[in-house]
Amino acid sequence: MLTCKEVSTLVSESLDHSLPLRQRMGVRFHLMMCSMCRTYKKQTLQLRDAMRTYARREPTEHLSKEARQRIKNALKTDGK
Amino acid sequence: MSAGIETWVDEHGDALYNYALSRLRNPSSAEDVVQETFLAAHRSLSDFSGRSSPRTWLIGILKHKVIDLIRKESREQPIEEIETMEAPEEEFFDRKGHWRIKPVDWQVHPGKVLEQKEFMAVLLQCLKHLPDRLHRLFILRELEDMSSAEICKELEITSSNLWVMLHRARMRLRGCLTENWIGGQSC
Repeated sequence: MLTCKEVSTLVSESLDHSLPLRQRMGVRFHLMMCSMCRTYKKQTLQLRDAMRTYARREPTEHLSKEARQRIKNALKTDGK
Repeated sequence: MSAGIETWVDEHGDALYNYALSRLRNPSSAEDVVQETFLAAHRSLSDFSGRSSPRTWLIGILKHKVIDLIRKESREQPIEEIETMEAPEEEFFDRKGHWRIKPVDWQVHPGKVLEQKEFMAVLLQCLKHLPDRLHRLFILRELEDMSSAEICKELEITSSNLWVMLHRARMRLRGCLTENWIGGQSC
């Protein structure tokens, strides 16, 4: 039987590529028996969801006045 | 035509800056790459058909510039160096491969907006503490939604290296969130 350490690696890998059947079965079997690894799997999925929310969020930081002006000046002189 | 683009700096500058900052973390790199984006847009304004919104078009240019910069930074840090570093596994597992610290449910309820906001704030802090090399790969995978194959090609690394690094990034973030997330425990 796979250890929790091996399962944690494979659960993470399954988010990046599809695992061979044998490993997939091994992970599934382990998860049926181990609530800690089930929690771990849930957390990796929550993390992925949270990153998707993060990607869609409204701007929270502002371009400084100086940076804004610097960009406008660069645009004025660009190509001259 | 620079007057038109200058208006765009006011209208879309913050959105572009946030996009760059979330991927590069460094404010001055983010400002530089936003400036390069506006200059590139200025030079290729004739390519802008108006079929997409200006913001979508600008973000498209910015995305390439950000990936170029990430690729450049990644090349400056050889992979051999990465392999021997940042292995958090030992912290979490004993020698037999059992959990040393039991994973605890985070209790973030999808309907509770404020709780989710607080959770995101903790996540941002945790992302800030991720080592640069792990952060770069994690961002390409999870924010840019690039496939493993695309990342490996862009950064010239092997897929097994990539998967190990992504796993380490997730383990670190998971550990950091568990340590710092207290929401859900109070009623």
